[in-house]
Amino acid sequence: MTTGIIKKVAAAGVAAALSVSLGACAKGGSSTTNQGTSANGTTELAMWTHNAGNEEELGAITAIVDDFNASQTKYKVNIQAFPQDSYNQSVVAAAASKKLPCILDTDGPNVPNWAWAGYLAPLEGLDDTLGKFLPATVGKYKDQNYSYGYYDVALAMFSRKSVLEKHGIRIPTVDQPWTQAEFDGALKKLKDSGEYAYPLDIATGSTGEWWPYAYSPMLQSFGGDLIDRTDFKSADGVLNGPEAVAWATWFRSLVTNEWVAAKSGADSTKDFVNGQSAILYNGSWSAKDARAAFGDDLVVLPPPDLGHGPKIGGGSWQWAMSSSCSAPEGAMEYMKFAAQDKYVASVAEATRNIPATDAAANQVEAFKPGGENDIFRQFAKEFAVVRPETPGYPFIATEFTKTAQDIINGADPQQALDQAVLNIDANQQSNNYFE
Amino acid sequence: MPPAVTPDRAAARSPRSRTTSGHQPVTVAWLMLVPAIILMVTFLIIPIILTFGLAFTNARLISPEPARFIGLDNFTRLFSSPTFWRSLQNTVVFALVIVPVQSAIALGLALLINAKVRGVNFFRTVYFLPVVTSMVVVSMLWMFMYQPNGLINVLLAKIGIDGPDWLGDPRTALFAIIVLSIWQAVGMHMVIWLSGLQTIPGELYEAAALDGAGPWRQFLHVTWPGLRQTATFILITITIAAFSLFTQVNIMTQGGPLDSTSTVVFQAVRTGFQQQQTGYASAISLVFFAIVLVVSLIQRYLTRDKEARR
Repeated sequence: MTTGIIKKVAAAGVAAALSVSLGACAKGGSSTTNQGTSANGTTELAMWTHNAGNEEELGAITAIVDDFNASQTKYKVNIQAFPQDSYNQSVVAAAASKKLPCILDTDGPNVPNWAWAGYLAPLEGLDDTLGKFLPATVGKYKDQNYSYGYYDVALAMFSRKSVLEKHGIRIPTVDQPWTQAEFDGALKKLKDSGEYAYPLDIATGSTGEWWPYAYSPMLQSFGGDLIDRTDFKSADGVLNGPEAVAWATWFRSLVTNEWVAAKSGADSTKDFVNGQSAILYNGSWSAKDARAAFGDDLVVLPPPDLGHGPKIGGGSWQWAMSSSCSAPEGAMEYMKFAAQDKYVASVAEATRNIPATDAAANQVEAFKPGGENDIFRQFAKEFAVVRPETPGYPFIATEFTKTAQDIINGADPQQALDQAVLNIDANQQSNNYFE
Repeated sequence: MPPAVTPDRAAARSPRSRTTSGHQPVTVAWLMLVPAIILMVTFLIIPIILTFGLAFTNARLISPEPARFIGLDNFTRLFSSPTFWRSLQNTVVFALVIVPVQSAIALGLALLINAKVRGVNFFRTVYFLPVVTSMVVVSMLWMFMYQPNGLINVLLAKIGIDGPDWLGDPRTALFAIIVLSIWQAVGMHMVIWLSGLQTIPGELYEAAALDGAGPWRQFLHVTWPGLRQTATFILITITIAAFSLFTQVNIMTQGGPLDSTSTVVFQAVRTGFQQQQTGYASAISLVFFAIVLVVSLIQRYLTRDKEARR
């Protein structure tokens, strides 16, 4: 019986112990081949990725590693793939037991946190190469590059030409996005037509990182932000100022006007394809299914300009090297080798995401200027805002998620935002502002 | 528990009964205890001690800086947090509803399937099915049923009731989780009641019937007294399970809407893992530990009192 109580209390310890021991087992089996020098003088480097279960991306990465291993005899990189769900815990557990691999991938917004914690080493001598990457695909902390990614994804609105034309709604462009009044008007027209229970689907049924990724750009478009980016010390005034309150009030009005469901269905792309919603707000990954369903009738629209221009989230999975690597020059050599345009192109092609460099984009059919997905690349270039580059980001993300959920469920905007600011500021302060 | 006690007792008794064979059985007993002791220490004792220590520090899951002793700061913060009080309230409400309702339904089911009719095994399996299904799967399934246009509301619409968004409405979310939790665990406790029922000798019922007792009086004077030990066990297990409500909340509502389904354990996990505040999460766990300890001590006291009176 007591086990029942204590189990919960000890859950943290057990989970940590388990992941450590599992990590140790996984490494233990092949520890001699993972890192260190083998008989013929090649230094072996371990590399971790979250791509287990994602065949296309893992295949593209494996091809790069094979090329690298064949290109020289000094180093050999060994890939170990983890499922995405347990990847971050594995890295944290490995870091705690000082067993990080030389090369690893990280989710963009985590980079400052991991760099601050001392997990990652800065990438030196890559500034020229990384200057050609989309800004959101390079992980920075304190003016140093810590990671780069092969691709980015973009948020967009999807709709159908026939639907918009039928209701007399202007089709917006990158240069002329909808204004807030136009957007609200369009939603009202669609709702009043009676054809849709909820004309707009912004995937409120999703959880976790989706909330800050998808909805903080709306806040930014209103002129607010998650934290004051001049010194990353406080959220006061930006997350609870008049602009933020205006955003929260508008965000809540989407639900009270019945334009958006407080909790949308499990798969918003499917609901859109099945005609349940007129406009879908989702990532560029929805394009494939939507295009398959509607063909030329599908229109990809920029998010509305809510006062300060359209904004979308930036930053996806990126590659970095660990600070505890025993052969940093080897890891660095790999990082340089793998940053070539042809690899950016091959990974972006395999994952159908936006290539990080112009040169690579020219090699991928869909993303060439005029290609069917070029518009996402334009969005990423014009509108992308990275999530705040502070080690406090994981905390800010959870606070924003909870606050936005409370607002959509009817919490008082000013009160909810003030509480979030209080919590974020307390966290920044208790960490000495991550100095 | 019993297996751990038996070798111990055997070991204690054997030197007296078989003095010639020396102390070998004691050594063996200790050897056999070692694996259990190692596991207990590693996975129970050490984490508890760590929790006690960490609760007074600013330890974080990811940080380059060592943890610092900060006294009672975590607790001051915790007790001034409206989310904590709401979580505690939700947890208590959940336990207060679950304990009587779930044990009563489980007893009812046990009485039903204790009858000697054909096909009883089929019903035993049906009622027990949710127990062997993972709570994660159960939560996912019920999430679909609770959707505004899900199964439950479709059925309600057939009799002219416009059902709410069960999990999305602060007024119904906790209730929805309570119903699901009862459904999932009721089979488990039904089996425990059933085992208790089957220890009651049939002669007692025959005698009661001869004395002219009807079904209700038989239940009151034969069945219920015979189930006293089982009742104690069920009361304590359900209470503790109710206090540790987490999985359903984590999957279905993440504590929302507006904290209406947040629980103490959920808050501890969210704070510790998502927000990386190990020290603060330890403080929450410590408070939780204290609450459950007090509740089970009270229950122990109450049940012991009854046994003494008998």
